[in-house]
Amino acid sequence: MLTKRIIGCFDVDNGRVVKGISFVELRDAGDPVELATLYDHEGIDELVFLDITASHEDRNTVVDMVRRTADRVFIPFTVGGGLRSDDDMRLMLESGADKITINTAAVERPELISEGAHRFGSQCIVVAIDARTEADGSMQVYTHGGRRPTGIDAVEWAKEVVERGAGEIMLTSMNTDGHQDGYDLPLTRAVSEAVGVPVIASGGAGNAQHMIDAITEGKADAVLAASIFHFGTHPIMDVKRQMQAAGIPMRMEHADYDDVL
Amino acid sequence: MSDPRLADLDVIILDYGAGNLRSVVRAVERVGAKPEVASVPAALDEADVVILPGVGAAADTMHNLRARQLVEPIHEYIAADRPFLGVCMGLQALMTVSLEGGEHPCLDVLEGQVVRLPEGRKIPHMGWNRVEQRRSTPLFDGIPDGAHFYFVHSYYCDMADPNDVVAIADYGADVTAVVERGRLAATQFHPEKSGAYGLRIYRNFLLEHSGNGGSR
Repeated sequence: MLTKRIIGCFDVDNGRVVKGISFVELRDAGDPVELATLYDHEGIDELVFLDITASHEDRNTVVDMVRRTADRVFIPFTVGGGLRSDDDMRLMLESGADKITINTAAVERPELISEGAHRFGSQCIVVAIDARTEADGSMQVYTHGGRRPTGIDAVEWAKEVVERGAGEIMLTSMNTDGHQDGYDLPLTRAVSEAVGVPVIASGGAGNAQHMIDAITEGKADAVLAASIFHFGTHPIMDVKRQMQAAGIPMRMEHADYDDVL
Repeated sequence: MSDPRLADLDVIILDYGAGNLRSVVRAVERVGAKPEVASVPAALDEADVVILPGVGAAADTMHNLRARQLVEPIHEYIAADRPFLGVCMGLQALMTVSLEGGEHPCLDVLEGQVVRLPEGRKIPHMGWNRVEQRRSTPLFDGIPDGAHFYFVHSYYCDMADPNDVVAIADYGADVTAVVERGRLAATQFHPEKSGAYGLRIYRNFLLEHSGNGGSR
């Protein structure tokens, strides 16, 4: 049976992980590659790096990070942040990323989705959607890191990005993001039931029960979490055990490279 | 730990313009071999092991293999029962025909069709699925039955000969996960993205064929 995925997410600024990660066992907790290696070792199923560097003119730092990750981490990882053309995507994929994610650029020029899907295949095009449930109950797409409303309905946009060739949707709720109080279940469910591709729930993870809810009630195919793993208080395998105990298929075996090779 | 027995093996990873070969290269290096990326037919002459990776669509793959005049050399190589490992699209390309975006004749090394996954579930089939071993083979040495591997695909191989199938995954159908025939093996999942057990697949395959250096 296909398992549900737990995806670890790092915000990276100028090659350094932000969000105050404090792992005692790491020499350099700000190095995304070292963190990625640790998460892989601890049983994460997949990783996402979001480059939040203000200027995207110099991509050498990101390319270096992607290359070093591909050298050491043998699970899938996605890279996003400021990718605006299919050449930007190609650079990341050729450096070793398995998928790329686009958000604002896809809203501004939806053809970018189809161009990427045509050139590299849908399987590596993840469209990130930031949405907010408004006071009137409508679900609106936001861009520019959740700051700018677009007037676009989140479910309609989700359908459109799939039609244009997105292979997966990474859905972040602006209502729940950062509160560690649970995912936005109605939004997640509305989008997941509207599209035929996998949907990653994002924004609001605070504990294992939130992830269970996102999958059982929100119908998510994967759950993304940033901060809850960053402090070591919720070990990844503990969370997985709780999810499995709730009846969710999870990848529980997790072998060390050195033990198996 | 990497295995010193693999250091002298001539491992060729075929580059036919399918993009990201880096993770396959790194996985093969991680288990101790020194692979060479090649896109010319002559590379197959001296190879001990050939790996055909790939993502994307069958039509593009076949187009690229033809454009690089690799179709005949691959046929001859496999017909001589020399060690060959296909990965993902590198498995599907071995089939008789792919129905992805039309009807595209493939390499016809393995009989059967590449067909769309059944409706009713999310497509692509994306993520870690449980792989059930149908019979024991050195390819699975050290890998528990039911271990999970990473899949990303929308079409799968409907094999004419069930004896070719050594492992399956359940996704609304018995999805062909690993095939083996003689010294040919291929996986639908991505071993290079399947953690330690994925790397073990590469190690097992290379180790199995490191003894006699193929049949050159």
